[in-house]
Amino acid sequence: MKPFVSETGLAVPVDRVNVDTDQIIPKQFLKRIERTGFGQFLFYDWRFTADGGLNPSFVLNQKQYEGATILVAGRNFGSGSSREHAPWALADYGFRAVIAPSFADIFYNNCFQNGLLPVVLPEEAVAELMSRAAQPGYQLTVDLEACTVSDNAGLKLSFAVDPFRRHRLLHGLDEIGLTLQQEAAITAYEARRPARMPATGR
Amino acid sequence: MAPQTMFDKLWERHVVTQEEGKPALLYIDLHLVHEVTSPQAFDGLRMAGRPVRRPDLTVATADHNVPTWERSRPMTDEISIRQVEALRRNCAEFGVTLYDLHSPQQGIVHVIGPELGLTQPGMTIVCGDSHTSTHGAFGSLAFGIGTSEVEHVLATQCLVQQKPKSMEVRVVGALPPGTTAKDLILGIIGQIGTDGATGYVIEYTGEAIRSLSMEGRMTVCNMSIEAGARAGMIAPDETTFAYVKGRAHAPTGPAWDEAVADWRSLSTDPGATYDRVIEFDATRLVPNVSWGTNPGQIIPVDGVIPDPTSFDDPAQRKAAEAALAYMDLTPGTPVTAVKVDRVFIGSCTNGRIEDLRAAAAVARGRRVAPGVSAMVVPGSGLVKHQAEAEGLHEIFLAAGFEWREAGCSMCLGMNPDILQPGERCAATSNRNFEGRQGKGGRTHLVSPAMAAAAAIAGHFVDVRKFLSEGGGVA
Repeated sequence: MKPFVSETGLAVPVDRVNVDTDQIIPKQFLKRIERTGFGQFLFYDWRFTADGGLNPSFVLNQKQYEGATILVAGRNFGSGSSREHAPWALADYGFRAVIAPSFADIFYNNCFQNGLLPVVLPEEAVAELMSRAAQPGYQLTVDLEACTVSDNAGLKLSFAVDPFRRHRLLHGLDEIGLTLQQEAAITAYEARRPARMPATGR
Repeated sequence: MAPQTMFDKLWERHVVTQEEGKPALLYIDLHLVHEVTSPQAFDGLRMAGRPVRRPDLTVATADHNVPTWERSRPMTDEISIRQVEALRRNCAEFGVTLYDLHSPQQGIVHVIGPELGLTQPGMTIVCGDSHTSTHGAFGSLAFGIGTSEVEHVLATQCLVQQKPKSMEVRVVGALPPGTTAKDLILGIIGQIGTDGATGYVIEYTGEAIRSLSMEGRMTVCNMSIEAGARAGMIAPDETTFAYVKGRAHAPTGPAWDEAVADWRSLSTDPGATYDRVIEFDATRLVPNVSWGTNPGQIIPVDGVIPDPTSFDDPAQRKAAEAALAYMDLTPGTPVTAVKVDRVFIGSCTNGRIEDLRAAAAVARGRRVAPGVSAMVVPGSGLVKHQAEAEGLHEIFLAAGFEWREAGCSMCLGMNPDILQPGERCAATSNRNFEGRQGKGGRTHLVSPAMAAAAAIAGHFVDVRKFLSEGGGVA
């Protein structure tokens, strides 16, 4: 997994609450069997009009946000479906961090598996970032080492993140590899499981 | 020992190992797999040269993108075919049992687990699908995961997890006549909001919950995720044991008695505390209908479409304005004046035999309104078989409903069953997000009886009055 240490980039405000994973990546794009190439479908129904043209009123299509790497959104971002295609699409589009007052649990987990950092900040702080991000060229730095979000105008905010997740993301560690190191404990657990527990295929 | 909640007990039983200050390594008793969220996980295994650790604790089916037209007619969508074929290949290569399209047991993954008896109390169950919370109805810890975690479970049969907080949703009083488990869970989500339980595992308690059938309990737990919960669960009792007993994978003989004794010990101890407790008054429940674009935007069928200015919170007000624009609804309109074009009865929320019986009871001897297209999609091949044995399909067909093959169908429109732009649908599924059932489609979430009544009336109706007044009978 790609490590995340620090990211400085354009911030784009998506000023909506409850942005669900059906909006982030609509279902018709979940049929691919690869992990890559989902960025072109990100926010598809908002980015594109019915005839397939770009929707000029959607924020991601505005010239000033071209190349943005940090997304700022309203609370409960990533609600709904467990589809990991949502963080795949965000990361493939070029985003490295999402800042919101809260995230849905499964989406939050999925981000950490893909080098995409979800940052939780208080409502007021996110509202402030939203309004600053309305200015063309507004950049933010998200620093996972220091656990801060800052800009060039003196704003600096701290955020909290689970230390284990932070460590994994900073070093891009393979979680499966770490778990496999617990082989002895897993085998011992399996020996303790009651024999009556159901097994498939018999 | 200090009193424990059921969630504490389930968690503790499954901790393989945990280092100080780190998340737990949790053992997974059952891993359900489907075609949409698994191909990249199997690819990951192949690239790393890893086997599936416990194929005997893993089971797969194709449900999300399969057409619900007759099974003899082949799939036509090239990319869906590729996904279903990838699942076949992966299951064969890694030794995973697959209930394929032509298997009589094929169906929605959250319908077949329980009906095969694979879902039992006291287990940890995961699936790359958010509605895995369904299985908590049996007193198990069941939650949805992403594809990376699917790969993790395939490789290790474990997951690295921080323990969520616990929430009791205490349902006070009994469900009034004419209301269902669906109305109850919609009411709860309406009360606490779509992020009301984020970070929590819910345990539903109270008289109304105890009196629900397993199907009803599954409907409630299924939609826990729509309140943001990590999982939802209900303590196992005689209703649970009666449902599990005799199913294909249920324990038998002395193992059954041992299992039941163990399952009885799972209930929350008297005096145990939850991190948060919510009370929901069931006594005033009426059939509910969603009006907006998230499952927390709920109103009683005897209400009117709300005015966005009635919301104090600016973000909610803005969301309500956007939702009304998308749904093409005007504040103040009675819900019963809202006409429907389509009706969808099915899904992992409401595609079980009891749901079909409830819908058939409304449809019996009546006709779907002119201009309305209504479909019934059984949750599994076994549900379909049972419904046909009871003659329910004849009731639906005589009333003008389509009778389809099992699958997720129009709940998420990954298969050919989709809404056209602007179409309005009464759906028994779980999500009314923008475009969920098809780009530009408008979804209203209701119970199976309410959906059937809307099909016949051509608009939403209060199913309680509809039945007592003999609505729609020619």
